[in-house]
Amino acid sequence: MFRHWRTLFVVSLALASAGCARKPGAASALKPTSFGAALVESSGGKQIGATGMVLVQPLVVQANDDQGNAVTGALVAFSGPAGVSFDPPSGLTDSSGQLSTNVALGSMAGRYQLIAHTSTKTQKSVELKIEEIALGYQEQLGFQLDNKYCARCHNPESTPERVSNYDNLEVKPHPFTEGDTLNKMSDAELTAIIGHGGPALNKSALMPPYGYTLSKTEIEALISYIRLISDPPYHAAGMVYAQK
Amino acid sequence: MQSSKNKLSSLWQTLWQRWFGHPVRAFGVVSLLLLISLAIAPAKNHFSEWRHYQNKYLALIRGRGEAVTLQRHFHDGIQQIWLPQFGVVDRCTTCHVGLKEASLADVSTQPFRVHPVIPHTLDQFGCVMCHRGQGPATTVEEAHSSTLAWEQPILPARYVQSSCGQCHRAPLIGAPQLNLGRNLLGRYGCVHCHTIKLPDGSAIQPTDDPPSLEHIADKTTREWIYAWLKDPQAYAVTATMPNFKLSDPDARDVSAFLISSSTPLAGDTTPVTKTEKAPDPTAGASLYGESFCASCHAVQNAAGNVVGGDIGPELTRIGTKVKPEWLRAWLHNPRVYDSGTAMPHYRFTDPQLSLLTGFLGNKADSDLLANVHLDAPTPEQIAHGKLLVTEYGCASCHLINGIKKPDNFAPELTRIGSKPLTQIIFLPGMTHAIPDYISAKIRQPRSFGSALKMPQFALAPAQVDALTTALLALTDRAHDLPLALTVPAKPASDYQPAGKAGQLMADMACFTCHAINGRGGDLAPDLTWEGSSVQRPWLQAFLKNPGTLRPALIRRMPRFNISDDDAKELTDYIMAVYQTPAFDRDSMPSSGYPPAQVEQGKQLFYSKYACQGCHIVDTKVDKGYVGPTLTQVGSRLTAPWIYHWLKDPQAMRPGVIEPNRNMSDEDARALTAFLMTQKGSTKQGAKK
Repeated sequence: MFRHWRTLFVVSLALASAGCARKPGAASALKPTSFGAALVESSGGKQIGATGMVLVQPLVVQANDDQGNAVTGALVAFSGPAGVSFDPPSGLTDSSGQLSTNVALGSMAGRYQLIAHTSTKTQKSVELKIEEIALGYQEQLGFQLDNKYCARCHNPESTPERVSNYDNLEVKPHPFTEGDTLNKMSDAELTAIIGHGGPALNKSALMPPYGYTLSKTEIEALISYIRLISDPPYHAAGMVYAQK
Repeated sequence: MQSSKNKLSSLWQTLWQRWFGHPVRAFGVVSLLLLISLAIAPAKNHFSEWRHYQNKYLALIRGRGEAVTLQRHFHDGIQQIWLPQFGVVDRCTTCHVGLKEASLADVSTQPFRVHPVIPHTLDQFGCVMCHRGQGPATTVEEAHSSTLAWEQPILPARYVQSSCGQCHRAPLIGAPQLNLGRNLLGRYGCVHCHTIKLPDGSAIQPTDDPPSLEHIADKTTREWIYAWLKDPQAYAVTATMPNFKLSDPDARDVSAFLISSSTPLAGDTTPVTKTEKAPDPTAGASLYGESFCASCHAVQNAAGNVVGGDIGPELTRIGTKVKPEWLRAWLHNPRVYDSGTAMPHYRFTDPQLSLLTGFLGNKADSDLLANVHLDAPTPEQIAHGKLLVTEYGCASCHLINGIKKPDNFAPELTRIGSKPLTQIIFLPGMTHAIPDYISAKIRQPRSFGSALKMPQFALAPAQVDALTTALLALTDRAHDLPLALTVPAKPASDYQPAGKAGQLMADMACFTCHAINGRGGDLAPDLTWEGSSVQRPWLQAFLKNPGTLRPALIRRMPRFNISDDDAKELTDYIMAVYQTPAFDRDSMPSSGYPPAQVEQGKQLFYSKYACQGCHIVDTKVDKGYVGPTLTQVGSRLTAPWIYHWLKDPQAMRPGVIEPNRNMSDEDARALTAFLMTQKGSTKQGAKK
């Protein structure tokens, strides 16, 4: 019995299920003036924030009718796993059909599934799922290190502030979100390749060793961050215990 | 009435008789009562809240595979962490039993979660140092909430980084929110009005450098001042100036006073001829780009995004603000109007000045002043304006003729994180806790009373939280900790280079971007050891005409059009003064390395160390854009610098991202030999 629970209670899953369990309430004070048929995310999804803290960008969702036109005055309510708070938790969409809310994530590091919810004219419930990531202390440290040391090559996206070196490399590095590849590597392998460079795993020497630059703690932090943002999500191999 | 009283006394008589009528019986009853009273304490213990949680924990671990290990770690009864040097007695681990059990990572129910990884251990620091609350308490309510005897409840997770700030005074890589908050205290000028003393006796210094208003009439118009006062962010979204919510007549009077108190300053305006036409309409924009104005100044583009640096003010609507004759004089030499400005003196030529003045003048927004119509001010209005300027403490930030900077204009915030709740007036419906008070006060100061002077700042929610975090770190504990237990910040450096070179460096505002001996910005490389690093001819040529070292950077060194003499003066100074004690820059030759060694170095560069991943030596083959281009590194850097850099980059320039390769002497020498042969073509590097 308990063994079953344990497999279910992988952090992210627990967070997500807690989110589903809580139905949006307390929205009764507002009366919708019209109804949407669908919700779409305008901005603010897939952000990387920190545990307990407000996400830098507000979450903006838009209510559309069945023709895809923005609907003004639709009642949208937000809900999420325990510990997540929204300011405001619900509201009516503005003249461009949008509602913006500031999200503070809960106190556990992990992936958070947030739900925006609205009702159609026929009282059918429409939901939009949005995912955000909360970094704990360790992952936060990893995030900062990634920004400083790794992202120039490992993040293919260029910004004016930081031009990516990804396209210039003969052997392409793996972006840290590339779960398909990175999830197959064990923590020991990642530690080896970060600390001793590509050749340690018979890979390209273009990946230099950072073992003389970063401390053991910093490399661990980097790995915890890589594990948290990987897509598809990383599931650590569980411990194996002898049968009683 | 009488009968019921009789009845009661007779009942009492019977009971007394039954229990104590006989000595043996009385003895039995008294013993029983004693036994019961003795059992109260064990019973309370048995049914206590913490035992309930410990039993729940035992039930939780019973079914798990690692139950035996967990059971062995578990200790029954009240647990305590005692840290006399911090005055900490924490019994939190009585209920939070699994804090150290890494194998409980899947448990999400409190109080049994494992503590996330942090750099400190529980036994070293306990719980309340970071989370606050009442450590010695053994009930949930008393430990977590604010009670009459204990004001400080558990700190919400969103502010937890404030606790790091109690001991760590320096920026902390793992606490970005705290760093941001401390930065904002200076950047938004909070500390102009609120004094914040640090435990080491120093005070937080503002970093926003608000402009002096002594000669404001030379720079801008009364209409602009009026519009700015009414809504600073309507002029520039990134403006840090808060909104004082002045009424129309008040804004009219303040603008009247500021203009009337302004005195003219010789040389801060030069006549502008309107008819001057740019030869090419895009020439102004190219000069703006070539001069790397955007490294410091931002402009809001059509999409609403603010693009550019944040060292100088945003220039989106600069043409609506400044008078062209002032702008031209400012661009000619900003140090006339503001001797301490972070803006460099560019030494533009006259045609360049016309071009830039015209280009910036066109960055205007006619809507901003469209509805501002001000009649000539009356003396009463000016006097009223002066009164308002005094009352609102404008002189706390700005220099204003005729008004003295007020001392301690607003309450001191040195120990705000431990302010007694009885001294705080909360708003109705507000949680009675310090974090809620601080954050509400920052978010909407005037909600605590419309007569309050504190203005409305334009802060994003994350910024409000960051500021709250920084303020919450200012607790009694932070101030009373023995200095030996804290991690001090690096003291601010007041380094000032001497002589003619020092004047030149101030004139070109080198410290805005470069740091030397601990003073200066971090936009560009630290120059503390520049004299050991570069070769004299390269440096002198570079100062005259800075070439491109890092093609991928949008913020590069601008050209300051300095004279040959000035370039030589600066070069002499840098070469003589900014030397590392680690080595002699002439200890290795700059050429003449054996071809075999050079060849070996080339091999190492491309194969073993794969330097081409980040650097370019051969522009036809290499593509690395992370580090500087090395095509002419042999005529730029000194050989010993390259050698020592390869051996340990962080020792040469702390924090640099090039990894330490733990290189052998032989490899480092071969690579140095190879790199010193990269002299570049003579004309290359002038312009890319």
